[in-house]
Amino acid sequence: MRRLLNVRPRGGVLVLLGLAPIVVLLLIYLLTSEARHALNPNDKILPTFAAIARAIDIMAFQVDPQRGEIPLWMDTRASLSRLGIALGISTMVTLALGLLLGLLPVFRALTGPIITAIAMAPPIALLPILFIVLGLGEASKIGLIMIGVIPAMVRDLGAHVRAIPEEQLIKAQTLGASTWQIMLRVALPQALPRLIEIVRLQLGAAWVFLISAEAIAADVGLGYRIFLVRRYLSMDIILPYVVWIALLAVTLDFLLAAFNRTAFSWAHPKGAR
Amino acid sequence: MDALSLHQVWVEYGDKIVLERVNLKVAPGSFVSIIGPSGAGKTTLLRLILGQEAPTRGKAALFGELLRAEPGPDRGVVFQRYSVFPHLNARENVVFGLECAGSALRGRLWGRKRRDALDAADAMLAAVGLKDARKVFPAQMSGGMQQRVAIAQALIMKPKVLLLDEPFGALDPGVRVDMHGLITQIWGEFGLTIFMVTHDIKEAFALGTRVLALDKPRIDEQAPHRYGATIVYDMSMDKKVRAELPPEIAAISGEAAS
Repeated sequence: MRRLLNVRPRGGVLVLLGLAPIVVLLLIYLLTSEARHALNPNDKILPTFAAIARAIDIMAFQVDPQRGEIPLWMDTRASLSRLGIALGISTMVTLALGLLLGLLPVFRALTGPIITAIAMAPPIALLPILFIVLGLGEASKIGLIMIGVIPAMVRDLGAHVRAIPEEQLIKAQTLGASTWQIMLRVALPQALPRLIEIVRLQLGAAWVFLISAEAIAADVGLGYRIFLVRRYLSMDIILPYVVWIALLAVTLDFLLAAFNRTAFSWAHPKGAR
Repeated sequence: MDALSLHQVWVEYGDKIVLERVNLKVAPGSFVSIIGPSGAGKTTLLRLILGQEAPTRGKAALFGELLRAEPGPDRGVVFQRYSVFPHLNARENVVFGLECAGSALRGRLWGRKRRDALDAADAMLAAVGLKDARKVFPAQMSGGMQQRVAIAQALIMKPKVLLLDEPFGALDPGVRVDMHGLITQIWGEFGLTIFMVTHDIKEAFALGTRVLALDKPRIDEQAPHRYGATIVYDMSMDKKVRAELPPEIAAISGEAAS
């Protein structure tokens, strides 16, 4: 008898194993939904698949007469642009601070404590300050995401740059490189693959802050929508929205991973010796 | 003028004394092997010459000029590992120094300057036997290839001094013999003064024109860190001096030279 830890599923079995829990979950949902509707045909907590399909049709394929736009696209566009702007700025800030922090002991001494302190403050607790200072518009939502993800990103990238072997930095100096040249030609290229990886890791947190900010003050957005229809117990809308958000997150993650592999092939050697 | 002169040099970390009373004069063109047990300050001595370490006391001068405690392009270095940049291919690794010298702001060259620099890099790669590996990244190279790139990368700056910190320690025995041939050839061709730290006594005697052995001459059992290491044997590898060697070392050197 082989040990369990040596059993490696392959091919069809692998796909089947991956699908099994999803199918089981759907089945359980279907059965409980049926049971609830047998007792109360107007049950809203576990809507039938037919009701969910109707809701998807309304949200994703019909133009909302008041706004003149399809709600799902409107919400998706608003949320993704907030997320994109926030992550874009965060990535740039992280790159600059991470390189300085990892490479320059002077900068590390100067900013290490304050970055640690900011990282410890719960971002949601800072949201009221953001609303007061930046108003209820886009800036406060983008600001919340940035405050939420930047400290962790900076510390991660700083540690990564700091872990570049000292031999490399010494070698660069013996080749005549200045601090700036070492930052640009040695540290920066080696930081980039990790930076993309850090963005991937922080996507989850960024979504949390986005949905929170939208839930509290917004008039459009995925988070705004699900918290809006919650008042009417519209699980038929909330459930597909949640699935859609998850799909978007998975797609972003996949795209970033694919970009990392193709753009920085030196960091992902094939058949490395 | 001496390539290197150390006068009563001490290196201390806090109350830990690593090197004490080190006196040394090295003629230009020497190949100095540095041997000694672990913890005897071999690497510290190399770091001192490299400028990574400053003497706590004493004077250290390179070609008559006091050493600045910062690495610079007059001293090339090859470490045991991590000497090459993993994100650059062989050619880009070798041309790195020229690019830094040619462009302070961007650290890159364009057009004619770039072509000239790349030609120089290709010539250097050919000199270390890597003519056909220009586009290979370090992750795809064997240990020996990486060290060849590291040597080419250092040589392109035309350093006066080349420092080797156990450069062949991680290589297979066969590859090591090839590298011995390469380094001996390059040493002559480029008129270098070489300092090499090694654990391999045979290697030290086979390559060096001078072998320095570091050790702690005194040991305080209660505070072993309070006495530092110094040069306990200084052997020139010509016949006259070789005859005066302690028999156990003479035996090894004879074997290595044959």
